[in-house]
Amino acid sequence: MLSLIVFLPIIAGLVILAVPSSQKQIIRIVSLLAALAQGVLAVLIWRGYDPALPGITAGPGGSPLGSFQFVEKVPWISLNLGGFGSLNIEYFLGVDGISITMVILTALVSAIGVLSSWTIQKQVKGYFILYNLLASAMMGCFVALDFFLFYVFWEVMLLPMYFLIGIWGGPNREYAAIKFFLYTLFGSVFMLLVMIGLYFSVIDPVTGNHTFSLVAMASQENYIKDAILGPDNVMWRYIAFIVLFIGFAIKVPMFPFHTWLPDAHVEAPTPISVILAGVLLKLGTYGMIRINFPLFPEVFHASMYVIGIFGAINIIYGAFCALAQQDLKKMVAYSSISHMGYVLLGLAAGNSEGMVGALYQMFNHGTITAMLFLLVGVIYDRAHTRQIDKFGGLASYMPVYAALVTVAWFASLGLPGLSGFISEALVFVGAFSSETTRPIAIVSVLGIVFGAAYLLWSLQRMFLGKRKADAAYDLEIGADGHEHIHFHDWKGKLDLDGRELAMLVPLVLITIFLGIYPMPVLGMLTSSINKLVQVLSPVVMSQM
Amino acid sequence: MFELPSGAEIQGIIASLKASVGFFIPEIYLSVLFMLLILIDLVAKGRKNNLLSITTLLGLAGSIFFIYQQHSMPPGEFFFGMYVLDEFALFFKYFFVLSGILAVIVTMADEQFDREVKSMGEYYALIVAMVIGMIMMASSADLLMIFLSMELVSFTAYILTGYFKRNSRSSEAALKYLVYGAVSSGLMVYGFSLIFGLTAQTNLIKISTELATHGYDPLLMILLTLLILAGFGYKIGAVPFHFWSPDVYEGAPTPITAYLSVASKAAGFALLMRFFYIAVPHGGQPYEDILGIDWRSLLIILSVASMIYGNVVALWQKNVKRLLAYSSIAHAGYLILGIIVMDKFGTQATLIYLLSYFLMNFGAFFVVILIANKTGSENLDDYRGLGKKMPLAGAALTVFLVSLVGLPPTVGFIGKLMIFSALLTKGSLYIWLALIGIMTSVISLYYYMLIPLNMYLRESKQPDDTTFNPGMPAQILMVVLMVLTLYFGLFFTPLSDFAEYSSAMFGIVLQ
Repeated sequence: MLSLIVFLPIIAGLVILAVPSSQKQIIRIVSLLAALAQGVLAVLIWRGYDPALPGITAGPGGSPLGSFQFVEKVPWISLNLGGFGSLNIEYFLGVDGISITMVILTALVSAIGVLSSWTIQKQVKGYFILYNLLASAMMGCFVALDFFLFYVFWEVMLLPMYFLIGIWGGPNREYAAIKFFLYTLFGSVFMLLVMIGLYFSVIDPVTGNHTFSLVAMASQENYIKDAILGPDNVMWRYIAFIVLFIGFAIKVPMFPFHTWLPDAHVEAPTPISVILAGVLLKLGTYGMIRINFPLFPEVFHASMYVIGIFGAINIIYGAFCALAQQDLKKMVAYSSISHMGYVLLGLAAGNSEGMVGALYQMFNHGTITAMLFLLVGVIYDRAHTRQIDKFGGLASYMPVYAALVTVAWFASLGLPGLSGFISEALVFVGAFSSETTRPIAIVSVLGIVFGAAYLLWSLQRMFLGKRKADAAYDLEIGADGHEHIHFHDWKGKLDLDGRELAMLVPLVLITIFLGIYPMPVLGMLTSSINKLVQVLSPVVMSQM
Repeated sequence: MFELPSGAEIQGIIASLKASVGFFIPEIYLSVLFMLLILIDLVAKGRKNNLLSITTLLGLAGSIFFIYQQHSMPPGEFFFGMYVLDEFALFFKYFFVLSGILAVIVTMADEQFDREVKSMGEYYALIVAMVIGMIMMASSADLLMIFLSMELVSFTAYILTGYFKRNSRSSEAALKYLVYGAVSSGLMVYGFSLIFGLTAQTNLIKISTELATHGYDPLLMILLTLLILAGFGYKIGAVPFHFWSPDVYEGAPTPITAYLSVASKAAGFALLMRFFYIAVPHGGQPYEDILGIDWRSLLIILSVASMIYGNVVALWQKNVKRLLAYSSIAHAGYLILGIIVMDKFGTQATLIYLLSYFLMNFGAFFVVILIANKTGSENLDDYRGLGKKMPLAGAALTVFLVSLVGLPPTVGFIGKLMIFSALLTKGSLYIWLALIGIMTSVISLYYYMLIPLNMYLRESKQPDDTTFNPGMPAQILMVVLMVLTLYFGLFFTPLSDFAEYSSAMFGIVLQ
């Protein structure tokens, strides 16, 4: 099941490889079918998921079964390494409460990304092959439970992303693409060293061999005491935690490693921005929750305060930067940075409320930001500009568009009744109830105010009032005596067309539904988060 | 005074030679092939290029059979301790024969030869001679033998580098190669003479025992290690003995560049490992205290310098062959990391890295040749828009370059994984070396990606939509190399098992 959901897009990619590049429609439909099939599988996995099982660490008897679900575990590579026994790598997939929400999110965003890619005209074949490769790698990251497998998926994402930004991006795409590539590679190569170090420090309790299994690594009793990353080697454990954290923080992106994100977003085509904001950024925080924190719980405890501060900087700095942007897409990109700060803050709280809030925020940010970027893409397609002050009074000419923008913008600023509110509220509840992060939480609340400021301000400038003199569109009086606008060389429907609605409406519905009734997502999270909090708690560690 | 050997002694010598010949069959076979090729060149009339190349291909492929038979022979020294047959040597015999075969195929695909030279004449014979030389390098157990085989490789390499007689760049490269080669061989022989002076032995194992039983002046030891390293370092193209390589790689016919960068480098590594593992004492053994020096520090300097210099200088290259030359300096640095570890795992990692380097570097040069056939240029600027014109070649080159960076799921990643794992098994001792390796590989991403950047992200100056695909045999070879690069990146057990088997030297396995 999980293998299928991971490799479906790659299979679609291989099919596309055989299709002649002139058959653009077939290529698109194959990709869409794969994405929809992925969605169906995601729903099946969701329905079959038992929220009572905790995940995170191994179940009774050291087996992942009874704790993780949909487990697939087969030996992949087994090498003889002379004096060091053997190198064992497993093809090990499984989901728990942390990953299942991300699996659903990935399937959803991938499918919407395919729809959004419909307008890509340049080198369609190459585009969808890379897109499908990327979709597979993302899904693989979320379900891999073997560190080596995770690393392979993690790195496989980079190259398609580089080309997707670099070939189909905006004018400054070369710079943005290589910057993205270098930043993320810089983060991940250190992960490679930590991964090797962990391998030589951890023993699988069942087989007695060294292992890459993240499940085994999450239990501190499996570590060899004097190994390089064993409990005795405090200094190296701290260093490993820090470099691993930086590796993931680059992906989040956390201040001061965030500078690649606005560049990448501004240059990337709309669907890639959607994927980038909707899924890729979540991989950073997912990696922290799955790998960084449970593997080094004592270091996590020591650094909660610092993580919280970085979270707060992200929230406020991101909001300030967003406030200053003229380019709508750049504003949304900085708002992403700001909102990922809430995730960091929730994680830093270290309690159930904060962690649940963080994970829920990851899901909501995925859907909401996907929506924001799609909406930016809609106006950019028409006007070929994203300068906020080139618009004005759009609400009266594009009412449906304006309505959806309003919902999305309000969801983003955390209006009660929409999903973003619940996750941010949970994050703050968690952050306030933790002694460590309380002062940080108080400061971070400011972020909400600034968040409201840039969102409302942009809404006002673009949609309210009258058309500006230098606007990107012309006014004309139609035959019916009403005022109409039209964009230069835009042939399509003025307001949203069917395809655009098909992308946006599901997201809007999800946002509203999860804002009123969050239990479908929260219910899946809680047992895993409780387990995680228990793994991270100092009481457990002192028993080591 | 020198006495004539008695009849019985002569009988003994002859008997020993006869017994040794049995272990020397692949080399004899290849020598016959070498002479056969010269004969064909002399006898055959008309267009004989294809005849020559096919004979070389079949001949080299046939030698695999003889090498395979040697698996059943017991490892040991023969020819009075001059020569050795062990798993380590067998690994390199396969390696060199295969790279010889690839070099021939790549040559057949290269159209520059049609433009530059009328007849391939002795070209293929020289390739075979180089294979023999390199096999002998990997199997030498004696200082004399090391020197002779190295010179055999060097001389053929000089000629092959300058094979485009009318091309001034090619001739210049050959001359530079010769001058640097002569100097470094001279230094190395001086080092050998110092060893001989100290120990009165030329056999590596005997040298080792002599050095172990007597204490020696550390200053002299470090001097002679340095001198010998100059010779080996020149072969592997490590900083600071690298000055020849960018010019030679740029000027030589591209198949020769590929061949030198893979096979000749590997031969240098075979010698380096055999010499330093066996002849001179090393860490983990008690001699280190006697000598007061650790030659490993020298290798560490070489490795760090190569990784940093190669990767950084490559950033500014505008010519793809030159860029790959600097990258090959950097890869020499990564390979030395595996030797520094000095244990079985380190050896295994080095061998795996060599295998991965074989696949990806040959692949990259092969595509460079195919592109040069089309565009007549190896300049980065002329790669613009090639991704559209040559879709398959572009994809293949991207895979090889990603592998050279060391990203999964390619074989280059496996090489780096093994090397870094080997370093980390030593605890925190060599972490900083692994860190340098990792950081420089991030730098390498930038210049390797310059090639796909030009191929895919930029439009060509003269836009035309014609796609160009090389001939079917070239496409097949390209796809095979690409698939192997990816396949071994995911399922690398065969590579690793082969390397593990091959890490035994003289029947001794380092622990």
